Amino acid sequence: MQSDWLFIGLFLLIVALFPGAPIFLAGLIAPKKPSVSKSQTYECGIETVGNTWVQFRVQYYIFALTFLVFDVELVFLFPWAVAFGQLSMFGVISGVIFILILFAELIAAWRKGVLEWA
Amino acid sequence: MNFISDPVTFIANWLNNLLTSWGLSQAVVTVILKFIGAGIVGAFGFALVIFTIWLERKLYGRIQDRLGPNRVGPWGIFQTVPDIIKIFTKEYITPVGADKIVYNLAPILSVSAVLLTWAVIPFAPTIVGTEVNVGVLYLVAVGAIGALGIILAGWSSNNKYSLLGSFRAVAQVVSYEVPMVLALLVPVLLGRSMGINSLVNAQSVWFIVLSPIAALIFFTSSMAEVGRAPFDLLEADSELVAGYQTEYSGLKFGMFYVGEFLHAFTISALTVTLFFGGWRGPWAVQVPLLGVVWFFIKSFIVYYVVVLIRISMPRLRIDQMLNFNWKFLTPLALVLLIATAIVDKTFFTLLPGLNLLEIAIPWVRAGVHLVMNLLLILVTIQLLKSYRIKRILVVAKPRPVAVAPEPPASVIS
Repeated sequence: MQSDWLFIGLFLLIVALFPGAPIFLAGLIAPKKPSVSKSQTYECGIETVGNTWVQFRVQYYIFALTFLVFDVELVFLFPWAVAFGQLSMFGVISGVIFILILFAELIAAWRKGVLEWA
Repeated sequence: MNFISDPVTFIANWLNNLLTSWGLSQAVVTVILKFIGAGIVGAFGFALVIFTIWLERKLYGRIQDRLGPNRVGPWGIFQTVPDIIKIFTKEYITPVGADKIVYNLAPILSVSAVLLTWAVIPFAPTIVGTEVNVGVLYLVAVGAIGALGIILAGWSSNNKYSLLGSFRAVAQVVSYEVPMVLALLVPVLLGRSMGINSLVNAQSVWFIVLSPIAALIFFTSSMAEVGRAPFDLLEADSELVAGYQTEYSGLKFGMFYVGEFLHAFTISALTVTLFFGGWRGPWAVQVPLLGVVWFFIKSFIVYYVVVLIRISMPRLRIDQMLNFNWKFLTPLALVLLIATAIVDKTFFTLLPGLNLLEIAIPWVRAGVHLVMNLLLILVTIQLLKSYRIKRILVVAKPRPVAVAPEPPASVIS
């Protein structure tokens, strides 16, 4: 059990090393001739106008919030699904009611127009 | 215990004895062994990309009636190697105003998030990185890091189009996680475990038979997570230049590609593990190496479908994509989860009264689930038919026709 997580800890290290080391090595090999016009932002091929960090549509944020509500509640369903074999019919029905609450949330968000890309 | 039946344990034991005889303590030996194991899994995932890039280019070529790479080696199989060498010698150009730390971290993050998944995928009964008992939860957690890599890349580039790409990543990659997690719950529920290897062990009947809808939802939403052709809004080249990777050059840009190709293969491997029985096949339990063969045959078949979809589908609009996710996949997955739970519990409650043979139980269970899934598909199709758009409301206005001015009287034709 403990050595399983040891593996994942070491794997985290290795996994950062695998893409990181070639990027570092290529930085040593590759030519370095920076110039003013070269290091300008490419963007779409013409000169940049104005500040980059602009205000953006609030809809992106709302979708992220909706996702958050769902994801937090979904995690609670995993223990229920694992213990499914030992559950009585009552336990199953309460899990189903929890999913129905999620469904009600989805319908509510739908009715409120949160899911519209307008 | 011999080499053929169980090579990994054999080598691990041999190394263990060797290192212990050198006088190292058991804890150090364990760390070294785990480190070597982790290195092999990571290197394998990385080496696989070299092959899949060639495979994908070849398939791309054949479907477009070209030959694809065919010069370097037989069938151009070593084409990727010169490409890698070339990209190593390319200069890094960092745009002014980029957030340096985040900018350099993003390509590493987007590869490592995908590579982390390989820690829990079982290739054979004994050949597995590690058997964590919360494997599925680990997959969900690691999958979310990939989205972070894309968002960081777009944010730090100091480029408006990259920023738009990462906004889309928030809307798309993050939204599609909801049906994916819901679809992951179905195999967990059917297999009664969160460990990936025990889920494979539970598939005496493949889960695709028990729950084809869950398999389809999982496959579709992981396709969207990868962000490839039908769902490539993050890097839509006709709208956003190259999306979040516009400002990257050299190997940093290459790493995004490695991440994408590796992710595409990883989702096929995951689909195979969770729904197509993973390493299960004839004699896989006796000869673990054969399990690896079965696993990769199945994975490459699914990968072929992934590539085929990428090549043949046009890009969706963002509102269509989000509608498809929130108004179709998510409700369907929720209903499927409820139906699966109730059907499975009812089946096991009624089981003692049925007097079935021991060997027939999984098949009868699979049949019951399959009938439920088919009914659900039927109802879904009927619902979709009744709500389909009957006619297109917005009709293009007739265009004004340019009228040639009257020629002056002096011009006589």
